[in-house]
Parts: sequence; C-alpha cells; structure tokens
Amino acid sequence: MSTAREPVSVIGKQRRRQAWWLVLPTLLVLAATAGWPLARTIWFSLTDAQLQDLSARQFVGLANYIGEGGILRDGEWWHAVGNTLLFSVSTVFLETLIGLGVALLLNTPSRVQGLLRAAVLVPWAIPTVVSAKMWSWMLHDQFGIINAILVGLHLVDRGLAFTADPHLAFPTIIMVDVWKTTPFMALLILAALQMVPGDCYEAARVDGVPRWRVFRYITLPLIMPGILVAMIFRSLDALRVFDVIYVMTSNSHVTKSMSVYVREQLIDFQQVGYGSAAATLLFFIIALCTTLYMGLTRPRLDADR
Amino acid sequence: MSQVELVGINKRFGETTVIADVNLTIAPGEFCVFIGPSGCGKSTLLRIIAGLEAPSSGELRIDGVRVNEMEPAKRDIAMVFQSYALYPHMTVFENMAFGLRHLHLPKGEIDQRIEVAAQALNLATMLQRKPIALSGGQRQRVAIGRAIVRKPKVFLFDEPLSNLDAALRVKTRVEIAKLHRSLDGVSMVYVTHDQVEAMTLADKIVLLRPLAGNPDLPSVAQVGHPLELYHHPANRFVAAFIGSPSMNFIEGAISEVTAHDVTVNVAGQTLAAAVEGQGLQVGAKATLGIRPEHVLVGKAGLTGTVAHMEHLGEHAYVHLDTALSPQPLIAKTQLDALKLGERVQFSLPATAMHLFDANGQAMRRQQQEPLAA
Repeated sequence: MSTAREPVSVIGKQRRRQAWWLVLPTLLVLAATAGWPLARTIWFSLTDAQLQDLSARQFVGLANYIGEGGILRDGEWWHAVGNTLLFSVSTVFLETLIGLGVALLLNTPSRVQGLLRAAVLVPWAIPTVVSAKMWSWMLHDQFGIINAILVGLHLVDRGLAFTADPHLAFPTIIMVDVWKTTPFMALLILAALQMVPGDCYEAARVDGVPRWRVFRYITLPLIMPGILVAMIFRSLDALRVFDVIYVMTSNSHVTKSMSVYVREQLIDFQQVGYGSAAATLLFFIIALCTTLYMGLTRPRLDADR
Repeated sequence: MSQVELVGINKRFGETTVIADVNLTIAPGEFCVFIGPSGCGKSTLLRIIAGLEAPSSGELRIDGVRVNEMEPAKRDIAMVFQSYALYPHMTVFENMAFGLRHLHLPKGEIDQRIEVAAQALNLATMLQRKPIALSGGQRQRVAIGRAIVRKPKVFLFDEPLSNLDAALRVKTRVEIAKLHRSLDGVSMVYVTHDQVEAMTLADKIVLLRPLAGNPDLPSVAQVGHPLELYHHPANRFVAAFIGSPSMNFIEGAISEVTAHDVTVNVAGQTLAAAVEGQGLQVGAKATLGIRPEHVLVGKAGLTGTVAHMEHLGEHAYVHLDTALSPQPLIAKTQLDALKLGERVQFSLPATAMHLFDANGQAMRRQQQEPLAA
C-alpha cells in the first residue's frame, strides 16, 4: 500500500465506479435481508412490544437492557452466555483437532480417497434437526442403541439419561455437534493441505527431516491461515447455536444457549421488546468475538506464503 | 568422493515403461548431465537416484553399496529442485538451516556452514528475507545453498535453470560450473533439456530417448563426452538431437562400399561418406548426415536454390532447396549477400559425412575428431 495519495486517473475513476456497480446488487440484497431485520430488531429492543400486538408498543429507552428487570441484570442470561461460550470454545477446539486428524488421513493418497472424502461429508449433509433427532433416539435411556451396547458390555448397570442428566447433557450436546461439523472442518483443512507444495515435502525428505518436524515446521505453518479461517466460520456458527440444543434438550436449563434464551423470551414469553434486546446483545457479542479473533489472528492470516 | 552405479534400471508406471535398461556409472567428482526430449524419463531417473522414486527393477549402488531400499536421507545426496522447493514461510537462513537442525551438529556449526555458503553464493545480505522477496535467480541460489550446506557426496540438479531468463541462465550456468570445480571430488548429476547447458557443463552426457511404447529399446541413446556425442553420434537419434540447427539428413541407397568410404546414391547423384562400411549391403537403404557447418557453400559440386536466410551477425544459415531431400539443406555460411532464389553451388565433404544404416545405427567415421581434454 502506498502512503502518499496519488492523483486518481480517469481510468482509475472509471474502475472504481465500475466496482461500485458490481457490488451494488449484493449491497442491496444484504441491506434488505440483513440490514433491515437487524435495524428493526434493534428498534424493537428499545420498546415494550408484545408478540400478540406489535403495534401497541411504547418506547422505553434502554430499560430492556439496564432497567430494573433488564437483561444485563438477569442471571439466566449470563448463564446462557457462559453456556454458549463454553460450547463454542469446546466444540471448535475439538472439531479443529479431530478435523485436522481426519484431513491428514484423507490427504494420504489412496484408491478410496475420493470415496472417503464423500463419505466424510455425510454428517454435514444431514439437516441438524434430523441428526439431532437421530442421536436423541440412539442415546435414549431405555430404547437407545448406545445404552444397549453399554449395558451389553456391562459398562453401566442401566441406561444413562444422556440428554436429561444434568452432568451428561452438556457433553452430549458437544459430542453431537462435533460429530456433525468435524467433516466441514476436515474438508476446509484438507483444502489447505492440498495447497502445500509437494516439492517442499520432497526437499525435506531428501534432507532426512523427521516426519513430526516436517509436520510442525512445514505443514502446520503453511496450513495455519486455512485453519484460522475455518475456525472463524465455525465459531460464528457455534455462537449462534440453537437447533441441536433445542431439539435434544429443549427445556434444559443446563444447556440453554443465547439463541435458545432469545427464542424463549420472544415466543414462549411473548416479550418481543425484551427478546429483541437479547437478540441485539447476541449480535454484539458475536461481533465482538469475531473482531477480537480477527484482530488476534490477523498477523498469521497475512503471513506471507 | 562417491561413485554412483545404475545397473539394469527399469521404471514402469502401470503399463507404461518410461525407463528401460539403464546401465551407467557416474565416477567420483564427475559432472554427469542427463539430457533428452520431453518424456524421455530423465527427471524420473534423477528421482530414482535421489530415492524419491523406486526403480521397478535393477540395482542402484552408491560406492558399491546397494541403496535401492535406502531412504533418500541416508544416501548422502542433496537435490536442487526445478521449482526450487523453498519453504515459503521461512527466511533464507532458515531454509538453509532446516535440513541440518535435526542432525544435532555441534554448536555454531550450522551458522558457520551457512555463512560460508552465503558468501560463496552472494546471499549474505539477504539471509533474513523470505523467498517471496527474492528474484528468481536469488531463489535459485538459495536452493543451491541449501544443498551445499549439507555437504553431500552427490549433488542432483533437476532442470535448475529452466525458470530463469536467458541472460541469468548463462550466468548461473557458469556459477554452477565454478561450484563444481570448487567442491573437489563431489559428483553432480544434472538434468536438462537444454543442449547448450549439457555441452558446456558436462564431463559426460547421458542422452535419453523417449520409448514411445517400444520397451525393447534401451533408454540410453548414447553416453559419452559432449564432443564425442557431437562428432561421433552412435545413431540417428543422437545425431538429430545434439547440435542446433540440427544435422541435415539425406536418404539414399548404398551404391558402393570400399575400404575407405561408402558411396550412396541419392536422386541420381552419388555422395561419398568416409566411414567404415562393414556389414553394409549394396542397394540397402541408408541415411547420410552432415552438420550445417560442414556444408561448404560456394564450392563447386552440387547446386541448390536459396529458400531462406537467417542472419545471426557473426555468421548466417542458408536454407537450400536441393534435389537431394524434400527438406531444405541448412548450411552455415559467412556469405551474407546471398539472395532468395539465387542458385548456389555447394559441396558435401566426405570426411564430414555421417552414415546411418537402415536401423539408424551410425557407421564408424574414418576421421576421429580430437576431443577436448
């Protein structure tokens, strides 16, 4: 980037104008589908609107946030925030680790590589509601296959209530999410792995560099930008987590995430104003996390390749 | 000091044979160049020596020890890749140090080796830069430096100059020749498709030919000193490949075989070649060959029409349409003033003629060209 501002030529101006025309449709669609709902949500969050009659609403300022019964004073909300952060950190961490392992396996040339690559994608292709329901049944405390196996192997005396037991519910949710989204991670990391020039490996091989050193000092640094991008994607998804938790442990206080809390306020309690305030907070928390993450990882993402 | 021997090396990829029956000894300290057209397997042969590919059959020995099953790292070789294969995220220093770090060398040894290599290759000022900030020639030198610091017994170069521009190629060629002299007793195996590189660098040229679905043909067309390949090509393939512009070929039939020459009938004329004629039958098909610089333009004997002129400054090439062959005969000449369509006389001296039998095998020339020491 040049520091001195150069005079913009006619061609430069034309190019810039053309660029604006090219992104304009996207900007319009984004404004209509993301900007408008967001603005409306923020506006609702400043009122006391109820679901049954949205028109009868009054402006209440920041009362929904910091007022007497405001969200920021609600222990339940902070509990949901904590849950969501814990869920995000643990799932993204596990998915990255397992995804990296799977990607390394898939990157080894073999005849079934193509087939494996497709097979790995299956969990990702199943709608979350379906896979969550499927796991609910497999983990069922009386009729589930997992419990049947565990009992059959005499590992437990009687079926475990995976989704109902307060100690098990959270790990169960994490396990199902990891099962579902590891393929996505694996594929993104695989793409990064395939960008590593093969002759670098050959050069290291001729020099007799041990395998783990090759991985640590060649493979890992070169795929790091790819991994970090994949982690951003996954973190954004994880912070908004709703479907797995709602389907598997709908009323559990233990597993409640921010999105589940928002839905509860909006639909169950019909508090559109209050729920909107929670949704707005959710938006800002995600924005904050993303900005922090990008800021911290920027130097590595820009690492010259 | 290390001797590399290839004994009956074959390489097949699935059904396709790419290298057939290579027998070759690379002497200690020798500069050996593998050359050949695309698809002749020269890079594959180099990778077999490196240990990056396994031969389908045959034995590879370094200093008399079979190394077929030996990991590349144990073979005491270093390789410079065509694409340089620099680690993009490491500095020049780290690139050179990386292959040494796991060797547990004494403290300071790595720094010292890199310093020496960097001095020799003019890299001292750019040790902290990353490959992306270097020019092609600089990257190339880093790749060579990375090989030098390992102090190998054998250097392998896989088309190292092919990504450089013409001027830099000439310069680096000289640097590689100097490097070979300075590393006393280190063998170098060098793959290229550029015959100027091969002619100027090699102590020994190994000319490989594509098998093109004919696995009975051995891959090696000829092995020898560059000038031997130039003056005494063993067969028509070698004769056509070495030399630019290529040798002129004239098809004909043997008319007479004597003790000191063979005469060939071409389009009603007889041309003599001073070659040994054992085993040749009168009437059999044969091909005469003569290099452009040996055609004597302006000397009486044969006539041709100027079809095209190429002026290179110090000399010119004239393309002559003749009755001898459908392709124009190319001749090197100092006569810059020839005009298109002009009739010129020329002669083909018998002592400079090559003769190939119906199978393309060269007959031994009577005149032995002196080879450079």
